[in-house]
Amino acid sequence: MRQVAIYGKGGIGKSTTTQNLNAGLAEMGKHIMIVGCDPKADSCRLILGGLAQQTVLDTLREAGEDIELESVMKTGYGGIKCVESGGPEPGVGCAGRGIITSIGLLEQLGAYTDDLDYVFYDVLGDVVCGGFAMPIREGKAQEIYIVCSGEMMALYAANNISKGIMKYAKTGGVRLGGLICNSRNVAGEEELVSAVAHELGTQMIHFVPRSRDVQQAEINKKTVIDWNPACEQADVYRELAQKIDSNDMFVIPKPLTQDRLETLLMEHGLMEA
Amino acid sequence: MDIRTALLDKYGARVYKNRKDHILTVPSDGSMPVVGANSRSLPGIMTERGCCYAGCKGVVVGPIKDVVTITHGPIGCGYYTWGTRRNKARPSIEGQRQENMPMLNQYMFSTDMQEPNIVFGGEKKLRKACEEAIEIFHPKAIFICATCPVGLIGDDIHAVAASIEEDYNVTCVAFSCEGYKGVSQSAGHHIANNQIMRHIIGSGSRPLPTPFTVNILGEYNIGGDGFYEEALLARCGIHVRSAFTGNASIEEIASAHQANLNLVMCHRSINYIADMLKTRYGTDWLKVNFIGIEATKKSLRDIANYFGDQELLDQVEAVIAEEEARYAEDFAYYRSKLSGKTAGLYVGGSRSHHYQLLLKDFGVSTVLAGYEFAHRDDYEGREVIPSIKLDADGKNIETITVQPDPAQFRTYLTPEGAQRLKETHPEIELNDYKGMIVDMEAGALVDDDMNQYETEELMRLVKPDIFFTGIKDKYVVQKGGTLCRQLHSYDYSGPYSCFQGAANFARDLVASLYTPVWGMIRVPWKSRPAILAHTAVGGED
Repeated sequence: MRQVAIYGKGGIGKSTTTQNLNAGLAEMGKHIMIVGCDPKADSCRLILGGLAQQTVLDTLREAGEDIELESVMKTGYGGIKCVESGGPEPGVGCAGRGIITSIGLLEQLGAYTDDLDYVFYDVLGDVVCGGFAMPIREGKAQEIYIVCSGEMMALYAANNISKGIMKYAKTGGVRLGGLICNSRNVAGEEELVSAVAHELGTQMIHFVPRSRDVQQAEINKKTVIDWNPACEQADVYRELAQKIDSNDMFVIPKPLTQDRLETLLMEHGLMEA
Repeated sequence: MDIRTALLDKYGARVYKNRKDHILTVPSDGSMPVVGANSRSLPGIMTERGCCYAGCKGVVVGPIKDVVTITHGPIGCGYYTWGTRRNKARPSIEGQRQENMPMLNQYMFSTDMQEPNIVFGGEKKLRKACEEAIEIFHPKAIFICATCPVGLIGDDIHAVAASIEEDYNVTCVAFSCEGYKGVSQSAGHHIANNQIMRHIIGSGSRPLPTPFTVNILGEYNIGGDGFYEEALLARCGIHVRSAFTGNASIEEIASAHQANLNLVMCHRSINYIADMLKTRYGTDWLKVNFIGIEATKKSLRDIANYFGDQELLDQVEAVIAEEEARYAEDFAYYRSKLSGKTAGLYVGGSRSHHYQLLLKDFGVSTVLAGYEFAHRDDYEGREVIPSIKLDADGKNIETITVQPDPAQFRTYLTPEGAQRLKETHPEIELNDYKGMIVDMEAGALVDDDMNQYETEELMRLVKPDIFFTGIKDKYVVQKGGTLCRQLHSYDYSGPYSCFQGAANFARDLVASLYTPVWGMIRVPWKSRPAILAHTAVGGED
């Protein structure tokens, strides 16, 4: 079982990329579970066709400790099992503690079955506290992909997440598998992201071009492969799935200094000198 | 090697650097040393200090008898502060018995936060707890005390308190006394003082039965000390409006600002309120001490001289004479049994000072004294307050400033009266406290935030006849062969205040010093070998 965590700046397309990529892996016959680690609980919308899902934490709150796995796990496109951690409404309680509780509960309930080839953790925004680092602690995700674009803040975030990975790499053995560029049509984007990936000691594992097909599929509450298996973008996600399945480059990232990151951005014309 | 050096000798460089400022010898030249008090304890040092919540809920807020005090947090914080302090209370207001008064200080109320309350926030559960408390107990007020997780997840307990107050017309006050705040329970005292001043004091009004009406601030009525004090003062003609907070009712505290003089027992835990009452209402405060025969006499005389009434002065002298006569035989007997003994004291923030005076009455000299959580002013006197540099830990604790209340500001003494008092009775330290060290003998040791190692080592090095402390180290000390009496709980005895209390104290002390058990504690391995071995030479027995 490969456990994979997807991180990246908020709004960069983590959930979209994760679900489309998983559709590709499912098409290859892989058995997958997606664990949404975002209090908004919208990580599995495309896989489940928009089906509203009872979150682990909601169930815990309502049913107490007596929880059945079936009540929190739904199966969607390609047999992908979907679980949403859930969390408090904004501004109250502790979302980080919620993720820790939720993953602990999933383990107790036996959600991590041997037949699974992949478990994907779709984690919110940044590693803001210990709770959001839960998926990459010891015994959880061993590999991480960071979704980014050629925009400055996305790369700042990628660099910061790399710092978090470095900390846990020493104790938990987690490794960075690469950057996934989810294009925003920024000039020189592919070269810039490749350069940053190179400096981090990793790779840009795939460049996902911007496509209207993704939005079209989302409106239809489907992944691209599910919505239109023949379109060009479907092949892009199939390729990403192939690359991740055969990836053997797992590194402890070497985060860039702020100066170096800014120099790179200038070299690639993003910032004015 | 002197004792201080021997004690510090075991420490590595970093610990030595920290601890050296906490341990000192009282100088023989009369100079005042600087004590490194109220600073962060080193991790791993096995300090005996408590937490901020313990200071707020456990010490100051908890004893108020007709208030529901809810601990907002997981059950442990509430459970382990339930009934641990012997704050006695009676159903009474200003000494008048009240039928059907709810005695709520014996209960422990907790929101019992569970994991889902941490994740989703605990405000709803807290609100529900307040509503249930109102429905079942109809309290006059509800106090909410925060515990660590509440601060971490950011529950807005003050908003809950405000909404409860609005919806149910019940006074509701929240205390942000999360355990991790500050360096010791002292932070909790301060937070409790601030909120009581802000929300309670001044909100009530009751007639003054006599101009000689006082509050006893920092009297928590452990073992009933406050009962003795109130009774003694009443015999002198002095009326107690409220005690903070032993045997206190919310009504008494609400109208405490009408009293004409504040008596301060525990300076550390309540000096903020004493100060703020002076600023807002003009009420003078007087550091008193009803622990000890001479100390009680001085306190009574100081109060009577403050009020300056001849009849009151005469009555005080009559009561003193009567009490001394009543206990003269007891005191003489106990003095004959205790004189020449030495004592060590390690208590919170005032008792280490108060009890030295009581011990001195019986001829016991204090060779070692320390506070758990006192500040420099409790050791060195209030004159050092302006020079205390606030560190980051201190700055995290809110300090509030109050303004004079033009409608209610009045001082019992006129400026001329105050001047006259100063001239005729220079021994009265009005609105001041000189600290513990001035009352100690040269050469005695002071140890602030004494830890487990230092306690054990000092028993070995100083060898006091009696050590006064709390439950945490009592049995370690006592099994080491030194008599150890608890001064937080009085070993379930007391009261120890005033004249009768002094007799109680001396009786307990004599009984425990002269118990035959001390002759039986020589461990067998001191006098004979614990293991017997055969001698084997060349394979032969």
